[in-house]
Amino acid sequence: MYTLGIDIGSATSKCILLRDGKKIAGSSVVAAGTGTDGPEQALKMVLEAAGADRKDILYVIATGYGRKKFQGADGEMSELSCHARGVHFVFPDVRTVIDIGGQDAKVLALNEKGRMMNFAMNDKCAAGTGRFLEVMAGILKMDISELEREAEKSADPASISSTCTVFAESEVISQLSAGTALPDLVAGICQSVAVRAAALARRVGVREAVCMSGGVAKNAGVRTAMEKELGVKILFSDMAQLMGALGASLYAYDAVRDRETSVQ
Amino acid sequence: MGEEGKKSRPAPDPNSAKFKLGRIAAKAYTDAAEAKARGEMVGWCASNFPVEIPETLGLYVCYPENQAAGIAARGGGERMCSISEGEGYSNDICAYARISLAYMKAKEAPEQDMPLPDFVLCCNNICNCMIKWYENIAKELDIPMILIDIPFNPDYEVSDAQVEYIKAQFWDAIHQLEDYTGKKWSEERFREVMETSGRSSRAWIDATSQAKHIPSPFNGFDLLNHMAVMVTARGKEEAAEAMETLLKEYRENHEKGISTFRAEEKYRIMFEGIACWPWLRVTSQGLKSRGINMVTTIYADAFGYIYEDFDGMCRAYADVPNAMNLEHARDKRIRLCRDNHVEGILVHTNRSCKLWSGFMPEMSRQIGEACGIPVASFDGDQADPRNFSEAQYDTRVQGLMEIMEGNKGGAE
Ligand code: SF4
Repeated sequence: MYTLGIDIGSATSKCILLRDGKKIAGSSVVAAGTGTDGPEQALKMVLEAAGADRKDILYVIATGYGRKKFQGADGEMSELSCHARGVHFVFPDVRTVIDIGGQDAKVLALNEKGRMMNFAMNDKCAAGTGRFLEVMAGILKMDISELEREAEKSADPASISSTCTVFAESEVISQLSAGTALPDLVAGICQSVAVRAAALARRVGVREAVCMSGGVAKNAGVRTAMEKELGVKILFSDMAQLMGALGASLYAYDAVRDRETSVQ
Repeated sequence: MGEEGKKSRPAPDPNSAKFKLGRIAAKAYTDAAEAKARGEMVGWCASNFPVEIPETLGLYVCYPENQAAGIAARGGGERMCSISEGEGYSNDICAYARISLAYMKAKEAPEQDMPLPDFVLCCNNICNCMIKWYENIAKELDIPMILIDIPFNPDYEVSDAQVEYIKAQFWDAIHQLEDYTGKKWSEERFREVMETSGRSSRAWIDATSQAKHIPSPFNGFDLLNHMAVMVTARGKEEAAEAMETLLKEYRENHEKGISTFRAEEKYRIMFEGIACWPWLRVTSQGLKSRGINMVTTIYADAFGYIYEDFDGMCRAYADVPNAMNLEHARDKRIRLCRDNHVEGILVHTNRSCKLWSGFMPEMSRQIGEACGIPVASFDGDQADPRNFSEAQYDTRVQGLMEIMEGNKGGAE
């Protein structure tokens, strides 16, 4: 029996197809988010990957900013609960999740059952989110996926003190022209994102184990900076970007189970 | 149920509290406009200025904060903010101030007009931004400003020394107003005003405390509207009478098992901060559609102006929400949460109100911890519509709801 979780963000769409509430039968990530055909594409891809058919799916839960606009869902849940659930499935010991996505950053406090007990999210500002990294990568004429390798080479990260993305942009440009080495600059940019998200984490309270999820977690530069900033080890899974979709697919499984027990 | 199972918008009943309160709020503006037309002096007054003073003297005053809220709720916030920004005011300044300063220039706003002032009455027990805002009005219109300085109180209680400091200023304000307007202070009239204000306050506190019932007999968004009367008219006989009607209605609602919250009440929260007036429908719908009733707010407590004499009045004005220390403010909210069976807190991080939003992260953390309930916050603004994102609001409210649902034992 299949259930589907679809996480429709501002810049990406992600799907997880779950078999019997336990096994991940397929996953997909498409770099197009809400308001595009990204969600449909992601759905098509995940079905292909699993060799399944749309009608095999018993229940669909949508999450993420585009959750309400997706027509094919049976239910929707916030990405907050879904991320918590997804992370708990992969790392049952995690009590704090730091999730940095395209346009928001959130920190979730989990109990031992993986249920979200509290959360904090970024304010309206883009600092400390994936968008900040994108803008900075753009200035440096780099692909966002290259930032990590560059940051690794740094011995002395530059300090980017402006929180405002526009101010930070000019700070980076002036550091570039002053001759700051590229690795130091990139490491400084990663650090700036980590510092912002760490402040959010402290608001919720950092309890170990700590895990990073969301697209930005793929960047080891940010993860390393976060470990330094919080003084804790940061767990990370290759599925970081898929935790929301995974959680949604698990909630979809619960819904099927609840439906069945209420029928019996 | 059945026939009572209600059309959504019943015709206004002139004997209802809602009708009476709406009329009092509107009358405050028309009374002032008529007084101005008769050639009387009218003032602009800060919401936490001792309203007993103009009321006892028989002076008509209008409330710029109230006007700004009205303008913002009716869609004029951005236009007015842009006018004052065009005058050079930063968009970081409180949007009530920006709207009011714009009104002073434009002298009209179809959403809510009010007569221009002959004097301004300012009190900084609410914030210090107010001082500069009122000073600018006084300077530009070349009119006197009366300022009562009630600094933030770092201690839990109000000391006698503070009362003395404030009392001297109250008398000074009274004498200045007597000189300027020719009106005379009367002890007898003051006693009447004090008693009426006490009556209004008692009825208000009692009415808002009806949220102790499950389900609550009212939708907390009602309070955001009704409090306008507590701010502007609590010393007036008709206000006391309307508040007593409100209390009676809420009690009756409870007895009949009905509520002005027109949905099933699944969750109960405290809302913290000023309403997001430009987005009132969106913010209230986001709650109602999920069965979340905002059963209480600090406003339920804030207008407890119950005192016995002039000294008591001075003490009461030093003990208002934005002037009291964090622990005291926290304890008041903890009590509201406990008395009203609150399951979660939604904090409006209001870009306009630096003071209130500044102490909120820590205070709400402490309240959440003490009551064992989740806290979520969203970014917004009481009057500038540009500082709010519907999608962000929605996610946070849904997250809060999902935690509250889990806490009920629904999820594992
Ligand atoms: S909203 Fe806040 S900043 Fe504005 S006048 Fe009121 S207390 Fe002051």
